[in-house]
Amino acid sequence: MSGFFDIPSDLQHSWTGLIGLHMREALLPVAAGLLLALPLALLCGRFRWLYPPVLGVTTVLYAVPSLAFFVVLIDYTGQTELTVMIPLALYSLVVLVPAIVDGVRSVPDETLAAATAMGFGPVRRYAQVQLPIAAPAVIAGLRVATASSISLVSVGALIGNQGALGNLLAAAQKYDRPELAVNAVLTMAALAIVCDALLVLLRTLLTPWMPRGGTARPKPAARRAEITPEGAVR
Amino acid sequence: MNVLDFVNAFFSDSAHWQGYDGIPQRFREHVQYSLLALAVAAAIGLPVGLLTGHTGRGGNALAFIANAARALPSFGLLVLAVLLIGFGLLPVMIPLVVLAVPPILVTTYEAVRSVDPAPVDAARGMGMHESRILFRVELPVALPLVLSGLRSAAIQIVSTATIAAYVSLGGLGRYIIDGLYQRDYEKVVGGATLVAVLALLTLALFWAAGRLAVSPGVRRR
Repeated sequence: MSGFFDIPSDLQHSWTGLIGLHMREALLPVAAGLLLALPLALLCGRFRWLYPPVLGVTTVLYAVPSLAFFVVLIDYTGQTELTVMIPLALYSLVVLVPAIVDGVRSVPDETLAAATAMGFGPVRRYAQVQLPIAAPAVIAGLRVATASSISLVSVGALIGNQGALGNLLAAAQKYDRPELAVNAVLTMAALAIVCDALLVLLRTLLTPWMPRGGTARPKPAARRAEITPEGAVR
Repeated sequence: MNVLDFVNAFFSDSAHWQGYDGIPQRFREHVQYSLLALAVAAAIGLPVGLLTGHTGRGGNALAFIANAARALPSFGLLVLAVLLIGFGLLPVMIPLVVLAVPPILVTTYEAVRSVDPAPVDAARGMGMHESRILFRVELPVALPLVLSGLRSAAIQIVSTATIAAYVSLGGLGRYIIDGLYQRDYEKVVGGATLVAVLALLTLALFWAAGRLAVSPGVRRR
């Protein structure tokens, strides 16, 4: 395939430039979603009645297709990066809130009682005891959010050149160059896999108490403690 | 005008309720695409998930495949498939199935694997055949989690099936794509509302299926 990396000049970016743009448009929303999800999950954990309505609203938001979100937002934020990033931040929020709430709730009561007895207030207990123990569940949520965010940025190409690597897809159609589409798909997949690996590494660093070497079959008693990533997310 | 005014205007226009571009027709098309994609994804994900979950082997390979599939961008796959295959239903089904297989596969595997081993051992001790253990003991216990995997796949399919309109097929995405190019926000908001409603209907359907299919002894909540 010739011209695999020959990016049409109307995209105004080199291949590496597109990658940088793509990572910014994909990861900033995940970070914003996490920042919003942490206090929201704290509130949902403190006030139990809050969780079902929050879950309902976020489920409806998640069902709205990204393209519709983008188009409606054009009216308010124009054809800018922000229009792509706001919906992605919301989707991240939707994935992260249940992941964090379920993770935080799985912390044993004795641990919480010990923290309270040591004089921890609710916020400090949340940040220093519950969140670190819930780290595997939170990271599992972050992995799903990051992968979907990297994939969804490309839909921004439909609202006028805001899709970073997705713009390559539009260019592939415009100039009838399928190799550009192959390039875009492979690059996005590679970015998603690298980010996923980094998150797994982060989890290993954050949870020094967890057993290493995932190949060993866990004992039946240990199985229940493991939270299934998919189940915890939705 | 705010979003609610757009929704109201879209649904009160009687022209939107009839003909080949009417809401009933587009709704039916959307349901058809979604059901087909879900059926294909379930036909791939369920047997593999059940089998690997039962034997407990191949979990790492499965996680790897699911992660790789999750990394593939749906919109990119769609454009690529259209460029390589041409227009039609097949290029739309490829990204939808790739999107839906990982949640079904991983959740089914985890569901069967996390079944309490005591009743499984008891069934084996009673001389039950492996296939009967899987379908009569493990599957009923794992069913709530298996259904939750199917549900999450179905919601993602319903929301993503809008991209079918981008490659000239029908479905509710028609309103969103056409509205985008016609600068008709009423249409976009109306289409998005319909997709969200369909997603909620899917949730309700799975809730009902759970009530009907899951045995009362397994149902905890």
